[in-house]
Amino acid sequence: MTGFTPAPPAAGCRNAPVLKERGQREVFCGLTGIIWLHRKMQDAFFLVVGSRTCAHLLQSAAGVMIFAEPRFGTAILEEKDLAGLADANAELDREVDRLLARRPDIKQLFLVGSCPSEVIKLDLHRAAERLTERHAPHVRVMNYSGSGIETTFTEGEDACLATMVPTLPATDERQLLMVGALPDVVEDQALSLLAEMGVAPVRCLPAHRAAEAPGVGAHTVVALTQPFLNETAAGLERRGARILPAPFPFGEEGTTAWLWAVAQEFGVSPETFAKVTDAPRARARKAIAAAAETLGGKSIFFFPDSQLEIPLARFLTRECGMTAVEVGAPFINKQIVGPDLDLLAEGPVIAEGQDVDLQLDRCRAARPDLTVCGLGLANPLESEGMTTKWAIELVFTPVHFYEQAGDLAGLFARPLRRRAILAGLEGAA
Amino acid sequence: MKLTVWTYEGPPHVGAMRVATAMKGLHYVLHAPQGDTYADLLFTMIERRNHRPPVSYTTFQARDLGEDTANLFKTALHDAFDRFKPQAMIVGSSCTAELIQDDPEGMAATMDLGIPVIPLELPSYQRKENFGSDETFYQIVKAIARPMERTAHVSANLIGPVGLGFRHRDDITEVTALLEEMGIAVNVVAPMGATPADIARMGAAHFNVLMYPEHAETAARWMEKNLGQPFTKTVPIGVGATRDFIAEVARIAGVEPKADDARLRMPWYSQSVDSTYLTGKRVFLFGDATHVKAMARVARDEMGFEVVGLGCYNREFARDIRKLASEFGVEALISDDYLEVEKAIEDLAPEMILGTQMERHIGKRLGIPCAVISAPVHVQDFPARYSPQMGWEGANVIFDTLVHPLVMGLEEHLLHMFREDFEFHDEAGASHHGGAAKARAVEAEPETDQEAAAGAAPAEGEIVWLSAAEKELKKIPFFVRGKAKRNTEKFALEKGVHEISVETLYEAKAHYAR
Repeated sequence: MTGFTPAPPAAGCRNAPVLKERGQREVFCGLTGIIWLHRKMQDAFFLVVGSRTCAHLLQSAAGVMIFAEPRFGTAILEEKDLAGLADANAELDREVDRLLARRPDIKQLFLVGSCPSEVIKLDLHRAAERLTERHAPHVRVMNYSGSGIETTFTEGEDACLATMVPTLPATDERQLLMVGALPDVVEDQALSLLAEMGVAPVRCLPAHRAAEAPGVGAHTVVALTQPFLNETAAGLERRGARILPAPFPFGEEGTTAWLWAVAQEFGVSPETFAKVTDAPRARARKAIAAAAETLGGKSIFFFPDSQLEIPLARFLTRECGMTAVEVGAPFINKQIVGPDLDLLAEGPVIAEGQDVDLQLDRCRAARPDLTVCGLGLANPLESEGMTTKWAIELVFTPVHFYEQAGDLAGLFARPLRRRAILAGLEGAA
Repeated sequence: MKLTVWTYEGPPHVGAMRVATAMKGLHYVLHAPQGDTYADLLFTMIERRNHRPPVSYTTFQARDLGEDTANLFKTALHDAFDRFKPQAMIVGSSCTAELIQDDPEGMAATMDLGIPVIPLELPSYQRKENFGSDETFYQIVKAIARPMERTAHVSANLIGPVGLGFRHRDDITEVTALLEEMGIAVNVVAPMGATPADIARMGAAHFNVLMYPEHAETAARWMEKNLGQPFTKTVPIGVGATRDFIAEVARIAGVEPKADDARLRMPWYSQSVDSTYLTGKRVFLFGDATHVKAMARVARDEMGFEVVGLGCYNREFARDIRKLASEFGVEALISDDYLEVEKAIEDLAPEMILGTQMERHIGKRLGIPCAVISAPVHVQDFPARYSPQMGWEGANVIFDTLVHPLVMGLEEHLLHMFREDFEFHDEAGASHHGGAAKARAVEAEPETDQEAAAGAAPAEGEIVWLSAAEKELKKIPFFVRGKAKRNTEKFALEKGVHEISVETLYEAKAHYAR
């Protein structure tokens, strides 16, 4: 055991040439981040200023959520707003007043920009300042863009957290800040591992409630739990915080490396570290082994979706015995996913951006055993005899840290197992 | 601006996609920002299509806005033409592209691709999804269909079925069978399954069957005027409407109104004594105008329900629905605001809702059984089994669908007679539905009327239920309790009574006896 950092492959992908493509992109816009953010942040409301398309996207993506009195809505722009017949700011103030009157429990309101609001240059930033004054001290109004022209899928979360960073209180406390909206059960596991090692205090961004918002300052060390938090990381650095470079906590190896980076920073002894992590590491390895029987020796192809692709490709190749053919990501920030690129053995095409028809051509030519793609491509590819894992599930399932390592591998094994089970079923639509 | 949580319809370009995806050999180039491709999964997931919708999106990003987005569109159009080799194309803008005014319509006109390229003007900030499909189909028909010699044998086009349509797949089969029984052939079904070449053959039919006015009425009118084809006005949903439809078709086509209804079981099911308890069940209907109109008739004349309210979300048909409501003696609700619909349902306290996916959730919240009769619907309403709404089998399907959510007759009686049972009580829901049986919560000892009176004095005009009356109210089965409560309060107000006793409750019951 040489420390707790995995030995890298002979050559990693950090310096591999990146295939950069532009063209038709089959991806979500950042508004979809609202679907999980509004569950995480209990006293926040997300008001999209956009068109009927935005409302339609949210309800299509949110499925059943939409009926649970969700904490999001769309202020739909009408003809009169565009024709300049109505003062958009007065309209917005009226809708916000009505909303807050109905929902006195709201403490943070996000005005979320969309493609239409940005194209007509509606200044939501100023609107947020104005509305904050109007509703102080009860509600803080903030603004970020979730538009498709600016953001891709998970970048919506990044934009949301980044807009909160300047509003966080200043603190000189030496602390660990864990950044990224994790499922509650996962967050609790991480906090308990860190507590057992004696790392303290640990704070989370986003917090469950506005009142629990963490402070930030020169003695804050940041551990990112998600690879797509580029703007948020930059904002925290501007506040004096330092970002810990580490692979992302997927799988046994990824989680150990991530925790070890934190442990070293906080002077945790190797003995203590081993005492805390040995048992969960063994559990995770055992759980992964069950799925790895199905995944071993299989090839995998990633269409770009969430920026989780590189860390997941690292996990699947190193811990589950898969071979990556192509790893596509909507955006690649080497400063943040560098440690994962170092561990990903060279070989796969690393692609940034998309021209979906060309990428489909490559995928069909490669005939990978498993294709990770969005819901717009999954059924069409299945009907061509390819096995797919739809990517959105990776953002809606607890997948981080030790206890979920087996579940994470299982997500990829399940479609392959299903295909094997149904092999005798004839007659497709 | 208008605050919206739920929208019954998507934007109009989604309607255009529904037409494009229904057809074959047609490609849609949509000028739209990155992210608007979410609409693909309506077709690949909800409708479970096994191919990508024939739609190319320009997916421009912010960095493109400073550059030449118009050029991006031209490139997308060329690439789509080269890759997919369609027989015809439609082009248009999504809501954001509408703002940047690149004029895809004009650009497409200047590019000579040697196939029809049909521009769509879909005002995203005024109109919605159904307008989009109706307008798109109309533009395609107008551009491609031409007058021609009629088929030697009498034939009809079936128009209106689109992608993501509620039960459109099976309705086509059912209506085709109805026509075949009268010796009428189907010339073209469109948009569903049709190619642009098929659209060009539409003029050969003797008349059109307008299956879904929401999606094809404008095209039907254009064909009537320009191709000399009459179209049917009756939508054959329900037994009576199917018989009327057959009579109407026979009249238009000059054939015998033959109907082989050997497979029709619905009338007997509805007449059998097991259905007696359905009489006068109070239902509220909401959805698209066509389905609401048809189902209101089914509910009243074929199931024996009482229609206590109805409405639609598509304003294009507001006049029809208002007329219908006045025939039924109820208030029409024309709204696309689901909070308004929820409020109407709450006020009317029906025993069943016939609505959309949305009303299913309202019903769940209010504890009212609901059956889905109209889009928007979710994945479970694109079933694997044969399940039309139209024709004879459609009527069979409707009977089962409308009865299923209700508590069965005997169970209803027993609930009424013995309400003290700890596991077999009305909050537990119908026994044949999923969900764990909830044991009855033990009720706290009710306070005496004296204690209640010692509480806050009622405000002027407020009505107080005395505890004995409240207890008596709870003995009324849950599905009519809401109505009984409202009726009693209304009765008390009219009589100037401020305290409701058991007496008042029964006087009101006698007053409103049906």
